[in-house]
Amino acid sequence: MSSADPLLRTALHRWHQAHGGRLVEFGGWSMPVQYRSIVEEHQAVRLGVGLFDISHMGRLTFDGQDALDWIEHCTTNHVARLTENQIQYSLMTNDRGGVIDDILVYRQTDAYLVVCNASNRTKVVAQFQAHQQGTQSHFHDRTEATAMIAVQGPKALATLQPLVDQPLEAVRYYHQTTGRLLGKLDSVISRTGYTGEDGFELIVPASSAEEVWEAILEAGRPHAIMPCGLGARDTLRLEAAMPLYGHELGEDTDPYSAGLGWAVKLDKGEFVGRSILSMRKEAPPLARIGLVLEGKRIARQGAIVLSGDREVGLVTSGTFSPTLQTSIAMAMVAPDARTVGAILTVDVRGHRETARVVKLPFYKRPATA
Amino acid sequence: MDPKSLRFTPTHEWVALQGDVATIGISKFAVEQLSDLTMIELPAIGAKLAAGKAFGEVESVKSVSDIYAPLAGEVVEVNNDLRDNVQLLSDDPYGKGWLIRLRVENPGAVASMMDHDAYEKMVAEDAH
Repeated sequence: MSSADPLLRTALHRWHQAHGGRLVEFGGWSMPVQYRSIVEEHQAVRLGVGLFDISHMGRLTFDGQDALDWIEHCTTNHVARLTENQIQYSLMTNDRGGVIDDILVYRQTDAYLVVCNASNRTKVVAQFQAHQQGTQSHFHDRTEATAMIAVQGPKALATLQPLVDQPLEAVRYYHQTTGRLLGKLDSVISRTGYTGEDGFELIVPASSAEEVWEAILEAGRPHAIMPCGLGARDTLRLEAAMPLYGHELGEDTDPYSAGLGWAVKLDKGEFVGRSILSMRKEAPPLARIGLVLEGKRIARQGAIVLSGDREVGLVTSGTFSPTLQTSIAMAMVAPDARTVGAILTVDVRGHRETARVVKLPFYKRPATA
Repeated sequence: MDPKSLRFTPTHEWVALQGDVATIGISKFAVEQLSDLTMIELPAIGAKLAAGKAFGEVESVKSVSDIYAPLAGEVVEVNNDLRDNVQLLSDDPYGKGWLIRLRVENPGAVASMMDHDAYEKMVAEDAH
């Protein structure tokens, strides 16, 4: 998308503007990066519950007899293994084995739903279209007709339950249900998220987005719910070591280097990128690692990682971790520099900062009792 | 300090001049824009600063920004409390959050800087 194009607006854009949301461009959309404080929003999700507008994510529905084969051919994970209402993390790769996007595939009763990144929606649509030949199936881009809202945190279930007509406890992690919200709205409710906490993501008609949003805020009030922006979404996903496209993932990064080999099923049959990926699997050129920095400086994307005086890779994401109260980063480095416990240095704007390789994720939520 | 008595730069630093010593800080607006501060780096006492050149940096969760010297001079005092507690800058940018004191070469240069009204006007215009 060129910078001259007007930014897309979600159905909640007016609400964000009216409530102090600081709006920035993200993936071609005007989105709130924060309302007040990224750290406060982050902590609300770790300790209670937070609410995110994620309507910018692409939503494509597929119907027809051979939708399964079509999606199977364009993605790396094994779609046929999904049971009804199950959801799968997957990747769309190009014929060089690079990542076009990371996506979620939902198996619904009579259809499949693919959720992709905002910035990659055009590419994802083009890739599906390029492999459409011979299929009787169709897909519909439902992104702008619907809104998507994430309710995340240990109090997400308690917040959402009173608004839904069925027991949400029964919806397992990476599963979905089609439920009725506010006694009237048919919605997709999935137990998924991008924060490292328990939580749900809802897909509702765009015309009802504000009503649903307000109802969740009201229901979450006893749990000190906060609306959260993309800033907190980023610090939360980084602590949970979830990759972000454009940072840990790109057209020139293979899934094995990114630590996502588990989402590639080479034995499922032919798919785009399979032959090159079967070679990459044996010797991925890079490895994704976690770094904890000794000092307070934040190592951001593009900072050079060194082992002694040898450049071994680049930082892909970095932030101040509100949970660990320290500077953390993920980096893509030569495989021989990945050893947990090793001491590396990062060049942060000319300062050599000491960093220790740690096991990912940085943060894992406490097991529920 | 009453912000109305201060002078401001287009890069959001403030100056309070007493004799030939200028106390320098960052405006409330800039601090709010940065939000979630994590670290500040300040020069050592004795450092010579050139007007318009970066003399330190302030980092937030989101980004890192240079801090520019509004005037040329020599650093005579540094607010070391900020190194341990950068929150002071968020809480009180015109008071406990001051950054450095500078013995300035040309105190007269302050007169040409924006006053509070002019600075507020600039910020309001930038927002549109």
